[in-house]
Amino acid sequence: MIQESQLPRAGVVDNLVDARPGFNRRFWRSGMTMLGLVMLLFLVLFSFVGPLFYPRSAIATNLLATDAGPSAQFPLGTDSVGHNVLAQLMVGGQSSLEVGFAAAVVAMLFGTLYGLISGVAPAFVDSIMMRIVDILLSIPSIFILLFLNVVFTPSVGIMVLVLASTSWLGVSRLVRGETMSIKGQVYVEAARATGTGVWRIMLRYLLPNFIGTVLVAGTFQVADAILAMAGLSFLGLGLPPPTPNWGGMLSDGMNYMFQNSWWLIYPPGLCILIAEVSINLIGDGLRSAIETRER
Amino acid sequence: MIKYIIRRLLEAIPTILGVTILSFVLIHIVPGSPVRILLGSHYTPYRAQLLSQSLGLNKPLAVQYFVWLGNLLHGNFGFSYTYNQPVVYLMLQALPHTIIIVVVAVLLAHLFAVFLGSVQAYFEDTKFDRIVTVVNYFFYSMPTFWLAVLLIIFFAIDLPWFPAGGIVNTQLTTPTFVDWARHLVLPIAALFLVSVAGWARYMRASMREALLQDYVRTARMKGASEFRVIFVHALRNSILPLVTLFGLSLPALLAGALFVEEVFNYPGMGLLYWDAVNARDFPVILGVTVFIGLVTVLGNLIADILYGMIDPRIQYA
Repeated sequence: MIQESQLPRAGVVDNLVDARPGFNRRFWRSGMTMLGLVMLLFLVLFSFVGPLFYPRSAIATNLLATDAGPSAQFPLGTDSVGHNVLAQLMVGGQSSLEVGFAAAVVAMLFGTLYGLISGVAPAFVDSIMMRIVDILLSIPSIFILLFLNVVFTPSVGIMVLVLASTSWLGVSRLVRGETMSIKGQVYVEAARATGTGVWRIMLRYLLPNFIGTVLVAGTFQVADAILAMAGLSFLGLGLPPPTPNWGGMLSDGMNYMFQNSWWLIYPPGLCILIAEVSINLIGDGLRSAIETRER
Repeated sequence: MIKYIIRRLLEAIPTILGVTILSFVLIHIVPGSPVRILLGSHYTPYRAQLLSQSLGLNKPLAVQYFVWLGNLLHGNFGFSYTYNQPVVYLMLQALPHTIIIVVVAVLLAHLFAVFLGSVQAYFEDTKFDRIVTVVNYFFYSMPTFWLAVLLIIFFAIDLPWFPAGGIVNTQLTTPTFVDWARHLVLPIAALFLVSVAGWARYMRASMREALLQDYVRTARMKGASEFRVIFVHALRNSILPLVTLFGLSLPALLAGALFVEEVFNYPGMGLLYWDAVNARDFPVILGVTVFIGLVTVLGNLIADILYGMIDPRIQYA
């Protein structure tokens, strides 16, 4: 005879507002996480609000002042055709951050859906779906990304799709694992017994359990996407000129390594580094905040 | 144990076949046919048709795939469009260079990461630990290509200790071992630094948990030296994540090697792939992709087998 107190807590989440106090305190109190948030905020402001305060064109060339060092007119100098490096950094940041974020969101949505479906599907379908993921994971993404970006001339939308096309795989594996470990729970069985539809079960019963983990994975996806985009731009396969982007600026700067033009090499690299570090910090903070809660 | 290995091998075969299908499909979504590229300025419709017939390109796609797969299994990866040499030959030339830097970097990075992570975990929350964590974060988040460029600036330009690229000093009449080794240092350093940062984090977390266990207390009570406690007893249990990472790191490092080789103009597989992509040299692209896929599947297999050897419970999963 099962006592009422022995029944597991129902897994239906009617509102997704987190009523437990642990998460917020863990997250907002962590110094490193706040540092990450501040750094990211600075980057976002720099890229999107900066041009309002520094309205110089990023794509205008000035052939009278090429390879100039920092000066009053060009606070971070110019590159080989006279672009204003500071303005380029700002506008480049816009596309990097946008593409990174959008690619992560697309990857997350698709990966979560795929993982959920694979988790609840019959074993045969599940093994085929996961085999596809394994095959796609067998080729390191950079090779596929390189190839796709040569084939399809990139625009912002295509870059997002290309980057998302390799990042969704990890998310789907994660979601599938979580789904499979939860779908055996009593309340899920009860829901199925009462005829609850599959979609409702997936989205309202299963998903809320691991949405925290998925969000953490998503945060790291943003970092990976920004890095991948910078890498592709570095190789010359990013957004087409004259759109500035950090990776492309770095590869241009490489041509002038021997001339000690530091303003062409350090600023773009530093921007990428700051973006990476801040997002990694936020991701780590999220992860500790969530883990602690579940203990 | 043998059954486990055989089972894993059999499971790997469909994956490898899938990789070949994927590569084949990828190549054929490229708009424009290779015939046009091959003929270049000598293009006439008649010649195009002749060439396409002789290359077997007018057969249905499925037939082309099986012909290509059959060739693959015989070791015939086709001819490069740009170099007009067998792809296998080009890959065999480039492969040793990549293998050297990747293998040396992986081994060094693992040794160093295990050591660093363990020491960090032992001195947890001290200044040393905090400083190393910050430095790790720094290297972990750094883009590989930027690190490579910085290494060139610091060690090849400002302090001319190492050459800035290539693999051989063209001014020397006879290649020497020392000269070759000097050319390898910076690429290996680039791969090493990025890998260590990531793995040391894992090792630190893993060792931290291991040091809290009861057997560590028992070993100390029995009078074992601290060194023995950490590096003999705790290490065996905490090294597991790094063992799996070892197998999984091979494909990741090949990817990193692509950037490093491009920056250093180092004639390895990464540079071969990059040049081929730029030149639309499809046989080379296909060959390298299939090869990389094979290496990845092999790496996963090695990781699984090593994991099964260390933790026998996995075999029955």
